[in-house]
Amino acid sequence: MSAGSIFAVTGLTKSFGEGETQTLVIKGIDLSMAAGEMAALLGPSGSGKSTLLTILGTLMRASGGTHTMLGVDLMHASEAQRTEFRSKNLGFVFQFHHLLPDLSALENVMMPAAAAAGRETRAMRQRATELLDAVGLADRREYRPAAMSGGQRQRVAVARALINNPVLVLADEPTGNLDRESADQVMDLIRSINQTMGSSFLISTHDEHIAAQCPRRIELLDGRIIRS
Amino acid sequence: MSPYALKLAIRHLLSHPGQTALLMAGVALGVSVFIFMSALIGGLATLLTLRTVGSIPHVVLERPDRDPAILSPGASARVVLQKDLSRRDQIAIWQPVLPIIEGTPGVTAISPQIRGSAFVERGQAVAPVGVIGVMPGKLSAIADIDAAIVDGSGSLPADGILIGSVLARDLGLRVGQVVRLSSDRARARSFRIGGIFTLGIASADRQAIYMNFTTARALFDLSTGISRIEIKVEPAIGAPGVAERLRRSTGLKATAWTEDNKQLFEGLDAQARTGTIIKVFSLVTIIVGIASAMLLSIVRRQSEIGIMRAMGASKGLVISIYVLEGSLIGLIGAIVGAAAAWLVLLPLPPVSQVSSGDLPIDRQQGDFLLAITLTTIAAMLASILPARRAARIDPVEAIGA
Repeated sequence: MSAGSIFAVTGLTKSFGEGETQTLVIKGIDLSMAAGEMAALLGPSGSGKSTLLTILGTLMRASGGTHTMLGVDLMHASEAQRTEFRSKNLGFVFQFHHLLPDLSALENVMMPAAAAAGRETRAMRQRATELLDAVGLADRREYRPAAMSGGQRQRVAVARALINNPVLVLADEPTGNLDRESADQVMDLIRSINQTMGSSFLISTHDEHIAAQCPRRIELLDGRIIRS
Repeated sequence: MSPYALKLAIRHLLSHPGQTALLMAGVALGVSVFIFMSALIGGLATLLTLRTVGSIPHVVLERPDRDPAILSPGASARVVLQKDLSRRDQIAIWQPVLPIIEGTPGVTAISPQIRGSAFVERGQAVAPVGVIGVMPGKLSAIADIDAAIVDGSGSLPADGILIGSVLARDLGLRVGQVVRLSSDRARARSFRIGGIFTLGIASADRQAIYMNFTTARALFDLSTGISRIEIKVEPAIGAPGVAERLRRSTGLKATAWTEDNKQLFEGLDAQARTGTIIKVFSLVTIIVGIASAMLLSIVRRQSEIGIMRAMGASKGLVISIYVLEGSLIGLIGAIVGAAAAWLVLLPLPPVSQVSSGDLPIDRQQGDFLLAITLTTIAAMLASILPARRAARIDPVEAIGA
């Protein structure tokens, strides 16, 4: 891992199934990202974008290669260690917002921090309020997801991804379910957070318009990086 | 169990109030059945025990049987055993025994008695009776004679006796009249009828006569000893244990009421076992109900659980949330069920006042706390399996990442 990079994978592979039905989805990827970097991960369906994001997010273990982040060998870390690492250092934004329907916007933003600490604290509430203000939802703090628009929900999901001050935010098609106007709002927000808070973003997308807003492009084809 | 897990568990329950209320109502129903069965089985046992042992001694102490010793019978010898009937059947030294009995746990009343057979004569009419000589203040120690007096009073002067109402009717006797009693020891004297009682036990109302202890001593020619010591214990069902302790501590023959009422005892036992089976089934129903509802809830919340796990929630937190959810359903349902059962049972009369045909339900034996505790534990156990299943949910599959 070069100086200044937050994570590095080398020779990364991932296969599903066994024997004759085994399918190799990631076929030896070398990739690293610098702190504060914002990159678009592009590629057609089935190219392995989501699988790569899932591995980088410690939600799935790679079949081979190395995976280190912030000096931690995540390939060989235990499940509990990976969960704790994920909670402290990673943020996620998914195509579908995946907010908890029984919690308000503020409580949803606090959730990753509260789940790790086992309680909600005044500091968490303060931080969540600031994040909701930052994503332009100061007046929606007590709203449940069902009472918000798709764009608003996705902005809450972005705020939630940032509650633990993650080093890296992994966004899987974050604008895939939004209209153009809402998608642009979310991307403006991500860019602004990237610049002001310094979190790195790796954004998987099909959309050239979205990719064009990212300083770095990583292109994936058939489980291999063809441009980085 | 973190405060955050509790908050999420409560939020889950409140998010589907109809389903939560239905689940809790199911638990409450099960708990009501549990309490109702406890109160009914307990009340029935109390009623039967009261009716059976309310007016009889629970333990009777008598002189031990004097079986003759066998003196080394040879292989070809024939031995004939014959009881020693040469001496009076009495407890000769009884006063030192009383403090021992009084100090025995469970003993609530003691009545040393002199008993004997006699004939009561009135004109040409003669009736066999059993005379019971009781010490002052001990008249109602075993059977509540004072409460059973229907005419006259329960006082026992030296020349006074109390007779049963059936005997009074048969011989046409009234309070204040004088009758002659001839004992089986060939002693006879006249007595004034001080009171007439109705115990509701035909044999006692027809044949029992109560008299002063000292008078009975003279009538039956018993200079120092007594016939028996009758004892009441609490609870009556503990009589065999008390009898065994008294047998060892006094050396007397101790007979518990259960020995003479084995069938009743077995009946009560079978009844209690039936009640336990019904209570276990109601608990099992609660467990199955909660477990299946929790499993359904977890299937419905699969993506929520997945997202929480993806955001760094530990398996322990997920387990805590669902175990707390199940426990809360159990606890609140149990409290509601117990309160409902208490309210329903509130207007029912105590077992001692139950009239014929009514259910003898004893609210005191409803096991309210036990029902709440067991149900909460059962609900907690019921939710462990679904909770563990929730914790194993793969976040990648659940959120379709």
